[in-house]
Amino acid sequence: MTRQTILNATHRAAGAKMVDFGGWDMPLHYGSQLEEHHAVRGGAGMFDVSHMTVVDLRGNRTREFLRHLLANSVDKLKVSGKALYSCMLNERGGVIDDLIVYFLSEDFFRVVVNAATRDKDLAWIERQAQPFGVSVTERADLSMIAVQGPHAREKVLSLLDADDRTRIGKLGKFVAGEARGPDGTELFVARTGYTGEDGFEIIVPEAHAVALWNALAATGVKPAGLGARDTLRLEAGMNLYGQDMDEDITPWEAGLAWTVSLDEGRDFIGRAALEKQKSQGVPRELIGVVLEDKGVLRHGQRVITSAGEGEILSGIFSPTLGKSIAFARVPAGSRGNLRVDIRGRELALRPVKYPFVREGKACI
Amino acid sequence: MSEIPGDLKFLKSHEWARVEDADQVRVGISDHAQSQLGDLVYVELPNVGDRVEAGNACAVVESVKAASDVYAPVSGVVAAINEALGDKPETINEDAYGDGWLFVVKPDAEAKEQLEEMLDPDAYAELIEGDEH
Repeated sequence: MTRQTILNATHRAAGAKMVDFGGWDMPLHYGSQLEEHHAVRGGAGMFDVSHMTVVDLRGNRTREFLRHLLANSVDKLKVSGKALYSCMLNERGGVIDDLIVYFLSEDFFRVVVNAATRDKDLAWIERQAQPFGVSVTERADLSMIAVQGPHAREKVLSLLDADDRTRIGKLGKFVAGEARGPDGTELFVARTGYTGEDGFEIIVPEAHAVALWNALAATGVKPAGLGARDTLRLEAGMNLYGQDMDEDITPWEAGLAWTVSLDEGRDFIGRAALEKQKSQGVPRELIGVVLEDKGVLRHGQRVITSAGEGEILSGIFSPTLGKSIAFARVPAGSRGNLRVDIRGRELALRPVKYPFVREGKACI
Repeated sequence: MSEIPGDLKFLKSHEWARVEDADQVRVGISDHAQSQLGDLVYVELPNVGDRVEAGNACAVVESVKAASDVYAPVSGVVAAINEALGDKPETINEDAYGDGWLFVVKPDAEAKEQLEEMLDPDAYAELIEGDEH
């Protein structure tokens, strides 16, 4: 049975082409994926991300529990509202999921995990939380709308209660705060996103999500679908779970070393395996690549290197750059003579540092 | 969904053919096909002078979503290609039955039979009905 967000009828009324995504019936685009991409890079777009799973963790030992659960260190979270991106690993160091965790108070943290991994994530978190006496509550009563782009913040701020506007306007990057929206709706507003643009991700009670969406649309924010979300996040150099990493891939092999904190004395799940792999040498790595020829890099295409074969992970036509870009997993250290096999033809790949695009500007 | 012009014939694989005169069959992909593919970003066309065989892949259209082969509806020799698509592949999204044409074939003698086997607009409309949202 495919699940629907509360905005489903709103998407359909707007002419969205719907697709199944992780068991959810979601908008792929509302006419043109490319136009939606450019709307976010040049102005403000919004995404229904209510399929993502909000989980509240409560209990006196919540921080201690998260020190154990996550590969990044929640000890970096010192101020209420501050957020952290982290992987949640299995004992082998493989990635169960990537997530954002918000510190709200010592006995209350909130995590947002992916939709497609909801069931296994909840089961894993509940199992690990038990010894710490931490309660795990899925917040299915909440919806989420991401508003992204250079004009996104001012559009959202214009809808907030005047008393909250200045405070939310001053939120730093990766920080969240509570605010009242249209008709006094209680909102959780986070300065986070998945596009490489500034903006907010807003958690809103489900009953008020349609009204908030419509209010945003009335200020000129353009609805954007999962297609544009994918091209925006890859241009921004952000990983997608399931495509760029999974339970058999460690953060070292997925370009996510920056999210792992080997802080002294912290025994997180997967740490031993990560340290072992690091000392033995990581066999594969994730790199950014650009195709200068015509064609589109796509998931699963074979990559040929002087050190052996690899594959394309996330691959797209980049609307901002006008050429195809991708993440590839290749044998460690391969940079020379990279080629991709597209429909039987070998085309040259140029390895590049990512992000490919940041705040509307090409970085490669 | 735009109206299907009455002078077109279709393959089940969503190519259209228009007989413009005895020496000229224009070929493209249907409006339904472009809508299923989404925004087009590249088009790979045959060369003028290439031989194409009915039912064989002879071009590729690539969208944000997928790459898709284009099959020749008739056998013959490529007489013209739509070079404008190199810079503006989105023309296919905007006008699949007009400016978004792909190539023109000078058909062989047996092309007549090949054309007769193709679907008329009503039959094609029926075929795609199940795909529409």
